[in-house]
Amino acid sequence: MNFQTCVNIQKEWDIVGARQLGRDRAKEIGFGTVDQARIATAISELARNIYLYAGTGKICFEMMNDINQKGLLVIATDNGPGIKDISQVMEDGYTTSGGLGAGLPGVKRLMDEFDIISDPGKGTEIRAIKWVR
Amino acid sequence: MRNLKLDIDNYRNLLKQYIKFLDENALYQAEQFSKLSIQHNISPEEIINVHIQALKELYPDLPKEVDYSLNFLLETMISYGLAYQEMQSLREQQLELKSEISVAANMQQTLLSTEKPNIKGVDIGAISVPANQMNGDYYHFVSDNQQSIGVAIADVIGKGIPAALAMSMIKYSMDSFSESQRNPCSILENLNRVVERNVDQGMFITMFYGLYNLNSETFSYASAGHEPGLFYHASTNEFREIKTKGLVLGVSKDTTYQQYEIEISHGDMIILLTDGVTECRVGNRFIEREEVLEVIKKYIHLPAQEAVEQVYKHFERLQGFQLRDDFTLIIIRKNV
Repeated sequence: MNFQTCVNIQKEWDIVGARQLGRDRAKEIGFGTVDQARIATAISELARNIYLYAGTGKICFEMMNDINQKGLLVIATDNGPGIKDISQVMEDGYTTSGGLGAGLPGVKRLMDEFDIISDPGKGTEIRAIKWVR
Repeated sequence: MRNLKLDIDNYRNLLKQYIKFLDENALYQAEQFSKLSIQHNISPEEIINVHIQALKELYPDLPKEVDYSLNFLLETMISYGLAYQEMQSLREQQLELKSEISVAANMQQTLLSTEKPNIKGVDIGAISVPANQMNGDYYHFVSDNQQSIGVAIADVIGKGIPAALAMSMIKYSMDSFSESQRNPCSILENLNRVVERNVDQGMFITMFYGLYNLNSETFSYASAGHEPGLFYHASTNEFREIKTKGLVLGVSKDTTYQQYEIEISHGDMIILLTDGVTECRVGNRFIEREEVLEVIKKYIHLPAQEAVEQVYKHFERLQGFQLRDDFTLIIIRKNV
């Protein structure tokens, strides 16, 4: 079952909505408090990136049901300017030095799997999975 | 203490002990727990989680407001945990960089190594110490026979890795010059063209090249804006500045260099240095050239190698054992 729920990100307030929906999904799937908090923080980070750099986009959630584990897939998509040098934004200290928060390396740390596809001028899609331990 | 475990049972027991007796030992154990957690890369939010679990087990009837407030605290710690992990990874990267640079520095030493010529009647001392790991100063001796000694001393404006890279280029260009180009002025002119073509605008190299001819007992030299060295005339017991004109390397491709010549008699000395010696700083004050001369005079009676080392030690100590700039000093003395 690949039931997807999404939140559109247009205003800063939508970040809270995305966090809330993500946390509810995480709770349903059976994540503990710490992981719920981590997932919410990762969602915050992704949604803020959309809000700050792309203007609009969406955050979607999918429940993952593997044979032996359950998890939550978070997909952040936007049609913004895209990221020219992904390796650079994935470097520790690159975004944080500007005081922008945990940045994408932070999201990668908070989640178990992380993938990013970006076309400059077209937009960015980030997929991150957290598995229930 | 060794068996201290990161598990919740241990934490719960410590917490229980502390709440009951308020004793210092439990706090000491908590400190150990915290240190061990750091060693195992445990994030602060995980410690808070352990605390919440332990508290709930000890006091099952905790008001739910307390429970909520602790979850609230846990949320606020997530970003701290991330920052902590990032710092750890940056620290590891820094160590990697450091070891890479030290490998590069070793390699540079091998690449730029030069042997002091061992010629009867001439006593030579040379020392070059970088301010950081990589050296932007350079000296080199050329001595194919027992009749002459070529000596080069150079300083890249700036220090660190870019300076060191530029120096390697100088060394290999010099190696490629033919015998006929061994005149100090033509060496500088050739190097100037190499530097002008290959080095960024804004990076300049000063250099002094001298050729000591033992047969004719003369020292001919040219300088590309390099810190003036000193001659010691034994007959008059006088030190004199080596006065030269010449533009630094890399400014313009058509620069020409004037060549000078002096006679070298028994007991005379040629002292070459970089501005790391003369612009040695004590506090906010640059030392005067006279002070440098005083220090050199103090040790000049020693064999040349000992003398340069003693002068270096003097300035190293004067600067609180932290060089501001790369330091290079060469003394060549005619003994017979």
